[in-house]
Amino acid sequence: MSDDNLRLVAGNGTPITEADLHAYADGQLSGERLAEVAGFLAQQPLARERVEQWRQQNRALRALLDPVLDEPLPLRLPLAPPPAARRWGALAAGVAIAVASASAAWFVRGELDGRTAPGGGTVVAVADAMSFARRAAVAHVVYAADARRPVEIGADQEQQLANWLTRRLGATVRAPALKDVGYELVGGRLLPGGQGPVAQFMYAAPSGQRLTLYVTREASGGRTEFRFTQDGPVRVFYWVEGNFGYALSGEVERGTLQRVADEVCRQLDGLG
Amino acid sequence: MRAEDEAQIVACIPSLRRYARGLTGNPEQADDLVQDTLERAWSRFSRWQRRGELRAWMFGIMHNHFIDGLRARRRQAEHDAEPELPEIPVRATQADGLEVRDLGRCLAGLSAELREVLLLVAVEEFSYREAAQVLQVPIGTVMSRLSRARERLAALLQARPAAGQDAGRLHSVK
Repeated sequence: MSDDNLRLVAGNGTPITEADLHAYADGQLSGERLAEVAGFLAQQPLARERVEQWRQQNRALRALLDPVLDEPLPLRLPLAPPPAARRWGALAAGVAIAVASASAAWFVRGELDGRTAPGGGTVVAVADAMSFARRAAVAHVVYAADARRPVEIGADQEQQLANWLTRRLGATVRAPALKDVGYELVGGRLLPGGQGPVAQFMYAAPSGQRLTLYVTREASGGRTEFRFTQDGPVRVFYWVEGNFGYALSGEVERGTLQRVADEVCRQLDGLG
Repeated sequence: MRAEDEAQIVACIPSLRRYARGLTGNPEQADDLVQDTLERAWSRFSRWQRRGELRAWMFGIMHNHFIDGLRARRRQAEHDAEPELPEIPVRATQADGLEVRDLGRCLAGLSAELREVLLLVAVEEFSYREAAQVLQVPIGTVMSRLSRARERLAALLQARPAAGQDAGRLHSVK
């Protein structure tokens, strides 16, 4: 079919062009023009066939390439700006406030830290914790909003999930059970961290509200108390135990988040 | 840089990987391209300044890297033998009667500029205007390339060898 045929059509609007047909096939028309082109196609079987062929190509290309979307991201991809590109002011202030206002329970814990992580160890741990807390907040924003595929392995395969993460992280990693504080495990995924893989567990309340627990092995030892930071609507409690760093993120009240973080900690201590 | 901005960039990664895979047909090369794109995006983010859509900006960076890479390879390949057609390894699926492996080969048979437009529109669902922005060409050029890409792809699919020497490896579900 020659393009000239397409331009000969009389209509209320401007003549229908091949560009209109492409736009129709790609779903880029709306309103009156959409109706005009649809009307045109109803009378032009050859043009209709052509449009249908393009749509078939679109579908086939998507079927070819969409599986890439579900692949885990390769670890070499940088998921955060290099350290120099960051503005730490806000986060540092958040940390200072969190330290100053730590609750009594965590104050006790903090004193303990003073003894177990002498000298500069604590400072290093704090810097580490800040960078992973930041990554955890970003990962939370990305995946908690993902309605289609929030996790790689679902909670229905919990044991498999634990095995897989344990193998990839090289240490025993298990999702804490948070049913008692109102959150069910949705599942987990593996993400690239600063130096190696990190695990992200996702939990959901009956309301659909999601929390994520981020577990990294890149902490440099020592132990920190609970710290709190907030970035936009996302609140994060994070802490370090040995080589493990943990960050619990959610768009929930600080009190709620702390209750859950307490429970996570209690269970991790139980395991240790 | 705010967490939301970082999240927006990170959220582009799966579709950047999909686009790169379609462009290169090779997972390793595709992720090289994604890695270059991300490194550039992180370092240039402050210069983006919220003009236009972030996703189009990211794909524009990938376009530049892709074109640079092609030029470099073309210079290098001048003495090389006939280049191999890239293969797109994919899950065995059947779509609309098209064997996807064939489709991958035919896609690789398009020139880079036709492949780019077709993928941006058909798979990434960019508007023609955004596609023009990504490729830094007028919208009329997008339309004419799109038209040629579709015609050429249809012709390649038509001409593909019917169940020839590949028959053993292909799974024809009809």
